[in-house]
Amino acid sequence: MADFPKILSENWDVENSHTLEVYESHGGYVALKKVLTGDKITPEALREEVKTSGLRGRGGAGFPTGVKWGFVPQNIDKPKYLLVNADESEPGTFKDRFIMDYDPHMMIEGSILSSYAINANDCFIYIRGEYGWLVDRLEEAIEEAYAKGYLGKNILGSGFDCEMIVHKGAGAYICGEETGLINSLEGLKGQPRIKPPFPAVVGFLDCPTIVNNVETVASVPWIVNNGANAYAAIGTEKSTGTKLFSVSGPVKRPGVYEIPLGLPMKELLMGNDYCQGMKDGVELKACIPGGSSVPILNAEETLACNVDYESFAEHGTMLGSGGCIVVGNDANMPELLKNLIQFYHHESCGQCTPCREGTGWLDMILERMLNGEGRPKDLELLDRIGNNMMGTTICVLADAAVMPCQSFIKKFRDEFEALLPDMEEPEDYIPTTSSAELPR
Amino acid sequence: MSDPNEAARDDVPVDGAENGGADTAADGGADDASTATATGAFAFSPEREEKFQELVRRYPTAKSAIMPTLWLCQDEWGWLKPGVPEWVAERLDVPLSAVYEIIHFYTMYYVENPGKVNIQVCRTASCHLMGAQTIVEHLKKRLGIEPGQTDAEGFFRLEEVECLGACGMAPMLQVGKHYYENLTPEKVDELLDQWRRDG
Repeated sequence: MADFPKILSENWDVENSHTLEVYESHGGYVALKKVLTGDKITPEALREEVKTSGLRGRGGAGFPTGVKWGFVPQNIDKPKYLLVNADESEPGTFKDRFIMDYDPHMMIEGSILSSYAINANDCFIYIRGEYGWLVDRLEEAIEEAYAKGYLGKNILGSGFDCEMIVHKGAGAYICGEETGLINSLEGLKGQPRIKPPFPAVVGFLDCPTIVNNVETVASVPWIVNNGANAYAAIGTEKSTGTKLFSVSGPVKRPGVYEIPLGLPMKELLMGNDYCQGMKDGVELKACIPGGSSVPILNAEETLACNVDYESFAEHGTMLGSGGCIVVGNDANMPELLKNLIQFYHHESCGQCTPCREGTGWLDMILERMLNGEGRPKDLELLDRIGNNMMGTTICVLADAAVMPCQSFIKKFRDEFEALLPDMEEPEDYIPTTSSAELPR
Repeated sequence: MSDPNEAARDDVPVDGAENGGADTAADGGADDASTATATGAFAFSPEREEKFQELVRRYPTAKSAIMPTLWLCQDEWGWLKPGVPEWVAERLDVPLSAVYEIIHFYTMYYVENPGKVNIQVCRTASCHLMGAQTIVEHLKKRLGIEPGQTDAEGFFRLEEVECLGACGMAPMLQVGKHYYENLTPEKVDELLDQWRRDG
């Protein structure tokens, strides 16, 4: 792989990298000055620049950021809001916490620039409640930025105002879904809203709202400083720039790695610059490449992929949030699936019946299978319930539970079949999800 | 907006009296009285009061400020003691139902005392693969309680929680604002001793 600039993680090793002083000494807030006072770039021009860079949303969906910003109606007399999604809760994902911990000002500068691009004067950072120490870190950094005149009224004398508030969540995965996040910020249960209307038009308090991931906004200062073309030159044609990948599981060196998109998975997992291969005595069995919600890959598929949106799609999975969970040959796949489904069952917001009931049924069926009480047709039952959940709900949490469920069973079917009894169903058998009703 | 909720609040003791007989009615009455006095008795420390005033000033709506206000309460008293939700509703001038909706939807607000040291072990995916269950079993044995329980002294509480975003440092647990990562049973023993010492 050719050399590439570290856009997000360059300063993580620098002592006190979280302070304003260190950030500024490494070129921090130069982009903000360039946009607001130096080159006086208009919001429209900034939106175009980011569109040209090809930057795609790093939270999971991979939607082009500049295009999303363009959906904000600029001709209406309503406040506009930027909500930065720091609710990082997708199992396997722990990248945004590194940005907030080691370079919070990069996210803050990116947030101010992103607010400017959509003409928003209010920005909320919605951070998951469990990241308590990061709330303190962000609030300190924001205070420094206010004191230096990078936030508040009339920033750097430009006439642009931007207020920033850190809003702490309280333990709900669903608030990472952008409309769930908006409802949560409004002081409601974090239940997602039906789209359309999209938040860019009708969002927070019914005003135009953009929700961007931490990593997305943190990439903006570099794009401003170095130009859209320099960003687009990294990575592949459709997956530009760098991406943080958080790798967990039995590899020698788990952690967060900044990689140019298009890097072979083999290099990420086995390369000396990255994870350095599997732990001694463990062999690669499978990999969930983009956070727990995406379909699983077997070892062969894993090593054949490149890390970009298109290559993952070709192999039937997704890049998602870049939360890569490596699975070793010592893992029991039905147990791992049950663990994941229990997560989705717990986190379902309860709003849509297929998800509220479906995640529970998947959970119960897997539980009875693991307890040795499975029915001969349980795999078909899991499949049928999954098909009735996919695409039938307001948000994609149901799909996020079904995708691992169906892909685990498809790729590791023998392990699931081994849990089922070797008998024929009686002809009058009615499939049921209740283990209490099982004949002994 | 506030009228229907006022009515709902008045209904509480009445329902209790209808359903539960004399004892419940007496309890309901007592609760009502203690809530009324307790509500007056709550007060933030000066620094938190300042923070509260700031967030009321900065948030666009009172409802938006419910979550941060509940956090301030939890920072102040460790949990949401009886009467605190009512007090929050009064201070923000929002319906009590709106406050309870938040408390019950989110998992991190406590209406029961979670003990002095609330040990939350991540159980999801990567932690599961890297031995979270060993950590939980060890804690169960050491503390003599099951997940979801508090020990007899009300000192330690044990919980299994969903992914905490420390997957590369698995297995891990959280106490308060702190993450403890790359755990082994030996490390857990050291932590238990440390928490005991710090009391």
